[in-house]
Amino acid sequence: MNLIIFSGPPSSGKTSIILKTIDALKKRNITVGVVKFDCLYTDDDILYEKAGIPVKKGLSGSLCPDHFFASNIEEVVQWGLNQNLDMLITESAGLCNRCSPYLKDIKGVCVIDNLSGINTPKKIGPMLKSADIVVITKGDIVSQAEREVFASKVNSVNPKALTMHINGLTGQGAYELSTLLYDEEQQIDSVQGMELRFPMPSALCSYCLGETRIGEAYQMGNIRKIDLGDEHE
Amino acid sequence: MNNLTIEELLDKYPFVTGYFDENKIDVSKYMDRTFEEYLRDISDEDVENWAIDKDKLLEDLEIYIEQMVEFLGIEEEVGVNSLTILSGYDKSGIKEGFDEITINKSEIISIVGPTGSGKSRLLADIEWTAMGDTPTGRSILINGQQPDKKWRFSSNNKLVAQLSQNMNFVMDLTVEEFLELHAASRLVEDVEDTIDRIIEGANNLAGEKFDLNTPITALSGGQSRALMIADTAILSSSPIVLIDEIENAGIDRKKALELLISRDKIVLMATHDPILALMANKRIVIKNGGIEKIIDTSDEEKKLLKELEKIDKTIQEKRNLLRDGKKLSII
Repeated sequence: MNLIIFSGPPSSGKTSIILKTIDALKKRNITVGVVKFDCLYTDDDILYEKAGIPVKKGLSGSLCPDHFFASNIEEVVQWGLNQNLDMLITESAGLCNRCSPYLKDIKGVCVIDNLSGINTPKKIGPMLKSADIVVITKGDIVSQAEREVFASKVNSVNPKALTMHINGLTGQGAYELSTLLYDEEQQIDSVQGMELRFPMPSALCSYCLGETRIGEAYQMGNIRKIDLGDEHE
Repeated sequence: MNNLTIEELLDKYPFVTGYFDENKIDVSKYMDRTFEEYLRDISDEDVENWAIDKDKLLEDLEIYIEQMVEFLGIEEEVGVNSLTILSGYDKSGIKEGFDEITINKSEIISIVGPTGSGKSRLLADIEWTAMGDTPTGRSILINGQQPDKKWRFSSNNKLVAQLSQNMNFVMDLTVEEFLELHAASRLVEDVEDTIDRIIEGANNLAGEKFDLNTPITALSGGQSRALMIADTAILSSSPIVLIDEIENAGIDRKKALELLISRDKIVLMATHDPILALMANKRIVIKNGGIEKIIDTSDEEKKLLKELEKIDKTIQEKRNLLRDGKKLSII
């Protein structure tokens, strides 16, 4: 079974791109299943179900969805194998732009959109920088110039990645993406022992552990203070 | 590259500034040392705090320089003189109604057919330089030959630029800032001159003129489209331009097309407006996912075009009179 990890900011078009890409894979008789990771809520599983795609969802609740992903990916891979899938796609939204779910030696695809603003490539960390393929969406509603500027910004933070423009509505470009995803040679039967491409932040402070009171007396663990300069001294 | 000091590096490859900026790298204190030395001095704490991958930054810089050098090289090459489409099959697997069509630079071809008939697929085939390996089985030749893979995989050398009715400017910038940004991403040397030419071109197309300090999001529909077309003609790297309808308001469409072809673009235009469609010498008819036929614009149609242009001119004149607050008369 192939494993592909999709990631990207909320509402960037991940689900639309995956749906259109699976359409193209189905025509080649490749069976694809999806596991959707989110934090509090998602109904994307219904969209996949409607399209006849085997799907499971995982809500991380009080945990960071990417940490939740890392603790569950092996179980998810086993589910995919039991379903006899040719390809398993995981989809997760990077919420703070700091974590990234990609694993070494497993294809990682980042989906970002032209509307997210010109500085977005700068703001997103390893989720964009260590992706193998970057899909840029919503190109049909911004000008050609903005598309070119955005793509060049993406290229300068991740020159190694293959950057593609895909229209999530018409599917223009999704067939092409599908040809880059499936690899007969790649047969995964477990991800046990594999490594994340980039460590997740070691944020563990009193607020991570449920503290609600504000004030220095209540702050413990990994605390950082904002730098407001020294003009007030 | 690894032995150069940062100062030498920037001197040799000025565009590396862009790489440093986007990756939030401040090299000002390391001008006389190498990039590797800069990276070595980043503390483990900073690596963790700011999610820095030292090895990747070093490796990526090398790839970035290679890409940009190649990109600048391509600019100087002859470029794309012609695009050839070799036929494939429609959705029902029936062979398309033509064998091949070649479109040369400075030529306009129109595309007609109902929504969902396969225009997107045709465009995707061109963009991806299909080699019989897409659902239609079509092949694309550039300058009569199998295209270089760079058209597929390079993010700086996209074959097709698109202009469509739904496009908007979304950045929070003035016209000048916006054009500077675009020119910088294209590594243009004489930025000021380029901006002047674009503004002149755009104002020549738009009904109402605008200046450099206007925020791009405050431009009218006609002004936006005029700026998009002038910018695509003069600054875009893509040799092929696909136009999806141009609204008949606030913009001189004939001049817009003339501007594009004067910049050696190959123009494909999806439209059902007879004034635009008949301006092309040929039109591609799309049906059921395939090209059903290719029609040459007849002499009669060219005559009709003249008539239609006259009617269009009258309507434009009346529109301008209305804008100026004048009363309209029958003649």
